[in-house]
Amino acid sequence: MTVDTDVPPLVSMRGITIAFPGVLALDGVDFFLRPGEVHSLMGENGAGKSTLIKALTGVYAIDSGTIAVAGEERRFDSTADAQAAGISTVYQEVNLCANLSVGENVMLGHEPRGRLGIDWSAVHREAAEYLASLGLHLDTRSPLAQHSIAIQQLVAISRAMVLEAKVLILDEPTSSLDRGEVEQLFTVMRALRERGVAILFVSHFLDQVYEISDRITVLRNGRLIGEHLVAELPREALVTEMIGRELDELSAISDAADRDIDRTGTPVLRAAGVGKKGVLEPADLEVFEGEVVGLAGLLGSGRTELVRLLYGADKADAGSIEMHGEPAKVHAPRHAIDRRIAFSSENRRSEGVVADLTVAENMVLGVQAQRGWVRRLSKAEQDAIVTEYMEALGVRPADPHVPIGTLSGGNQQKVLLARWLAMQPELLILDEPTRGIDVGAKADIQRKVAELAAKGLSVVFISSELEEVLRITQRVAVLRDRRKIGELDPTSVDLDGLVDFIAHADHDERSVSR
Amino acid sequence: MSATVVDAPAPTAMDRVRTFSARRASVLPTLAAIVILVILLIGAQAEFGNFLSPRNLSALLLDHAYLMVLAVGMTFVIVTGGIDLSVGSVMAFTGILGSSMLASGTPVWIVIPVMLAGGAAIGTLIGVLVQYFNVQPFIASLAGLFLGRGLAYVVSLSSIRVENEPILWLQQTRFLIGDWYITPTGIIALAVVAAGAVIMALTRFGRTVYAIGGSEQSARLMGLSVARTKVLVYVISGLCGGLAGLLLTAYSGAGYPRNGIGTELDVIACVVIGGTLLTGGRGYVLGSMIGVFVFATINTIISFMGAEQSWTHIIIGALLLLFIVVQRAIVARSDRRT
Repeated sequence: MTVDTDVPPLVSMRGITIAFPGVLALDGVDFFLRPGEVHSLMGENGAGKSTLIKALTGVYAIDSGTIAVAGEERRFDSTADAQAAGISTVYQEVNLCANLSVGENVMLGHEPRGRLGIDWSAVHREAAEYLASLGLHLDTRSPLAQHSIAIQQLVAISRAMVLEAKVLILDEPTSSLDRGEVEQLFTVMRALRERGVAILFVSHFLDQVYEISDRITVLRNGRLIGEHLVAELPREALVTEMIGRELDELSAISDAADRDIDRTGTPVLRAAGVGKKGVLEPADLEVFEGEVVGLAGLLGSGRTELVRLLYGADKADAGSIEMHGEPAKVHAPRHAIDRRIAFSSENRRSEGVVADLTVAENMVLGVQAQRGWVRRLSKAEQDAIVTEYMEALGVRPADPHVPIGTLSGGNQQKVLLARWLAMQPELLILDEPTRGIDVGAKADIQRKVAELAAKGLSVVFISSELEEVLRITQRVAVLRDRRKIGELDPTSVDLDGLVDFIAHADHDERSVSR
Repeated sequence: MSATVVDAPAPTAMDRVRTFSARRASVLPTLAAIVILVILLIGAQAEFGNFLSPRNLSALLLDHAYLMVLAVGMTFVIVTGGIDLSVGSVMAFTGILGSSMLASGTPVWIVIPVMLAGGAAIGTLIGVLVQYFNVQPFIASLAGLFLGRGLAYVVSLSSIRVENEPILWLQQTRFLIGDWYITPTGIIALAVVAAGAVIMALTRFGRTVYAIGGSEQSARLMGLSVARTKVLVYVISGLCGGLAGLLLTAYSGAGYPRNGIGTELDVIACVVIGGTLLTGGRGYVLGSMIGVFVFATINTIISFMGAEQSWTHIIIGALLLLFIVVQRAIVARSDRRT
């Protein structure tokens, strides 16, 4: 362990232990945060990152251990306590009030007051100053809901500045940002680091972690594995520490995906000129049996819009869809399900899991819906499905009777994947199936997709992680500005080539030779 | 990234409208209520000729003073995303309690605080149930509704006349301004509206009410005092219930345990028509006042026409439906992220 003792830590967490029923979420973890550093907390889902953060922000009470801020031992019973100690948090799902104005969100609870109560012009003036100090020039009177998630996150950081935060916790802030937005966030983070703010950063993107961090602490299964300076920790070593096993798996997945697809026959899905006014310009897409087609492009480029049209979640106003050469009307998700198209939404929480139901109930939901609610699945049928997929996808904890809401994001995603697979689809559409989940679960999901495709399942795979798209697909369709701009063969293009194509390809349709 | 830059070139009138509607989409339902009120008033004047007389308009306020007070309390609750079904029976309970105490010779300076405290106590009970026992506001306040009504019957099964001078003074005194007049009850109602509007707009407590309605979890994570605020809004609503009991007792000169049956729904209708979103996070006390005026105007028009009073509820029902649809549309539009 390399612990730099030059600077005394601002936050010292020692021997933190938190137990939940049946699980030891944190087991004697030490964690130190120094002023003026960006410190990444790394680990798989379920490693204890969120729990550690929640201990530090007063959401969870610690069972044993101590937390000291600036040398003074503290006890946090609520987020308000933690904030009073100078610890502010920006969460992945921005925790601001969308119904209020930008300025009010920045200043809420700290509004300057005059003799007649809150002085609104001062509120907006001060909010604008805080925003400007982060390089943001917004209309502070505009409702927060009108701004993108990226802006909202920066607003949340401005709010932390109002609280004079000495410690800023950024929990997965980048998972829904595009490249430019991430840059803007990093610029702000660097500026704050200069001011001596201690930043705790959590991200699943290794590139970003290496780009911005000074130090990395790795957790695994609720235990501290190590604390390192970034410069002294090669990526392979980090991944090994996180996973606890060597990861030749990713290259194995890549090899498995590297196969020739027979594109001479009738495609499983042929979409011709499918589009919707103001949503997506008419686009063509073919998916052959056993093929994984990736959709690449920036957020808002039309990736999700295209698959929602294919699935009937939104109604196309142009074009036609054929399944196995037969015209198919897909105007509602029901039609798609009847044609054995399954769609896993990018909004895992709002459009996927039913948090209060158990893992098993979530898994059989799709099959049950497909059969209709009159013909209930028997207990034996349910058990068969659940046992099969718990095993096949390695869902943890391996207990199908816990509420799915208690599972980590990666495991929830596995359960959702199981839900769709149990319906025996011919075409599986996965929209950001690996967003916000850890390396191990990502590898599990990618491996499963590759396996299924090798057995003949057709897959449309959307991901913001281009490496992942290149790794598991046999063809990549690229979209930009709500328009499909071309297709690429992943074996003939590397990451830079793909990025370049997304960013710069001219407007001519480019197609790869097959 | 779509950052709106502030230092844009000189805005045209169209730009200003756009900025306004972007910034203050939440006032649009209230503006719509004002438009409807104006149309109703003009229509009634055209139909009856004497509708817009100072006398009639003054009566409009004074006949509905209790409703206005209830609507202010209800606005606080609904903006947090809650609901308070107890207000009608709280009003009946405090009214009959006060009347019976006065009848037995208790001095008025004790009676009035007891009435207010009685309302606040039921409100506190509901608030505690909602906040600390995690009971749905609908259920908790339904319990409050039955409790209030039951207590009212415990106090008396029949009406009790009030002959106390100070109480009757509240209704019988008329301050004249030209042909307009206002009673102390009317002044109290308007004062409550003003106080409510100031609390909502200019205090941290008021802003916390909005924040909770926007996202309770966010409000908590922002370090706002969510628990205290959530209990307090029900206390305020209960307090308004107690005050409304006082006003109604003064207005009718008697306490009656069957007063205010169904009034909670009228109040909710007024608040929603006034532009407050039932899901919370948006709404204005002044809007609720407009809502009460709309309700009062429809009521008065119906009685001018000599039609069945049940028509009031049919029309209010239709308006309510219209407003909820309009609000959905506005919210859907303004929440669309750019």
